[in-house]
Amino acid sequence: MVISRSLRILGIETSCDETAAAVVEGGSMICSSVVASQAERHARFGGVVPEIASRLHVDVITDVIARALVEAGLDFPELDAVAATHGPGLAGALLVGVSAAKAIALAHGIPYIGVNHLEAHLYAAFLEEPDLVLPMVVLLASGGHTMIVHMIDHGRYTVLGRTVDDAAGECFDKIARFAGLGYPGGPAIDRLAIDGDPDAIRFPRPMLDEGYDFSFSGLKTAVINHVRSHPDDDLPDLCASVQEAIVDTLVIKLMRAAREVDARAVVIGGGVAANTALRTRVLDEAARAGIRAFVPGRSLCTDNAAMIASVAWWRLHSDGPTSLASGAYPNLRLPVVE
Amino acid sequence: MAHLLCLDTSTAQVGVAVVSEAGILGEVRLARGRLHAEQLAPAVSYLLGELELSPSGLAAIAVGNGPGLFTGLRVGVTTAKVMAQALRIPVIPVSSLDLLAHPLRHTRRLIVAAIDARRGEIFHASYRRVPGGIQRLGPYQVGRPSALAAELQAGAQEVLLVGDGALRYADEFSGSGLIDAASSVHAHPSPGALAELALARYQREEFSQPWAIEILYLRKADAEANWEVGR
Ligand SMILES: [Zn+2]
Repeated sequence: MVISRSLRILGIETSCDETAAAVVEGGSMICSSVVASQAERHARFGGVVPEIASRLHVDVITDVIARALVEAGLDFPELDAVAATHGPGLAGALLVGVSAAKAIALAHGIPYIGVNHLEAHLYAAFLEEPDLVLPMVVLLASGGHTMIVHMIDHGRYTVLGRTVDDAAGECFDKIARFAGLGYPGGPAIDRLAIDGDPDAIRFPRPMLDEGYDFSFSGLKTAVINHVRSHPDDDLPDLCASVQEAIVDTLVIKLMRAAREVDARAVVIGGGVAANTALRTRVLDEAARAGIRAFVPGRSLCTDNAAMIASVAWWRLHSDGPTSLASGAYPNLRLPVVE
Repeated sequence: MAHLLCLDTSTAQVGVAVVSEAGILGEVRLARGRLHAEQLAPAVSYLLGELELSPSGLAAIAVGNGPGLFTGLRVGVTTAKVMAQALRIPVIPVSSLDLLAHPLRHTRRLIVAAIDARRGEIFHASYRRVPGGIQRLGPYQVGRPSALAAELQAGAQEVLLVGDGALRYADEFSGSGLIDAASSVHAHPSPGALAELALARYQREEFSQPWAIEILYLRKADAEANWEVGR
């Protein structure tokens, strides 16, 4: 098939607790991006409840798609292809986006593209910076994932390191829950940390000198023990110190990886990339090392459908459409080259 | 002529039918298990292709909206809602238990439809014959097969049980001589039954807008959360 550069793709994202739809033209021009967050509905459980997430996706999917089209000023027949996250994520939640995308593909006879959510996070940066140079090293950190990816070329990745236990965002959430800050924990800690002293408490930085893998469960335990033995400590100081320990670990490894593979740029993505301290540190450290850094806008770091539509454009060019007989893949991994 | 696309994925089966005023034009039934997401779109594509129908020629989409398997229902209902939205046509939701009972409407016995609800429970409802069709007696329910069996045996009337829930728990219902199980031909909701019921509703203009369609879960999501925690 002939694929025009200005192809308009509707992307759909339902892998966790955000129902999102977006229209992106030519892989990088965002015509619309709608995100309906369910965070409030999961807050009292202290985390995402898969059954609640799946039900809410079904309830709001038509509305979210309709809003994405209205914002883009388009109707269904003007779409050239439709994409959805098909993994990794919550099984019941993924099925909603996949079924919705296939339904549109069936209705209008356009290609369906099943997208890898992790790969989409890597491509979020291209939405703001289409001329980003490769190879680059990407720190992908969220509630479900923490990894350092070497993006050698489009569609060619190696994973340099990943967490051996908790994800960075999970660590934020668990500590916030313990400190009574509610869910999601990252934004709450980010807000409180602004008024705190990051050097007030020296928390451990596990595995700092060992390769590019991360471990955050030890930090979580250290914070809980500290709070139990110092119940009257200042909360902003605690938040700032926890955040400093996480950011320190992430940025030191990211920059070391970038130097080692001689990357031309470093990029961050995933929900944790919305953290203020992390964003500032990455820009500072990269400037000091003379490496280009790219920090996408917060709304492109957290889960969104524009990144789904963007990566779909690249995958449609390289691999063609995905079969309508494909499914959802909750444990999908980033496709890596050996 | 109005063509309706009919989908039901409320059990282990993926069922698709196309109906018009001329009758049921085709049906696809696949019961391989948990492959709803993989099989539904290809089944629709195949059926429309063989019938040489364009999706843009459809007048409405009917869907079995439960109760039943949650994942299956989410695939079917999402597909129906979004396809209808994309084609700007209405949706006709029909309970999956009604679909099980409908083909047995000529019996004088009490019809009890039962869908396997997992975790030792069934979704069920009772029906009786009335002029022109069947009428549901009481609400859609979820409960233990043994409780339903006791209730039916106490009722002292002849019962025809239908559905995969009836087949799975056949032992619970046997013994009294009052309760008979319908054949495995009727184990899953029939896409043809959906086609018949939906066409009649379409002709009476009883349909809904895509965003208004809801799944009949009969179990609370919070309960799911607590069940997960308590497991
Ligand atoms: Zn994500």
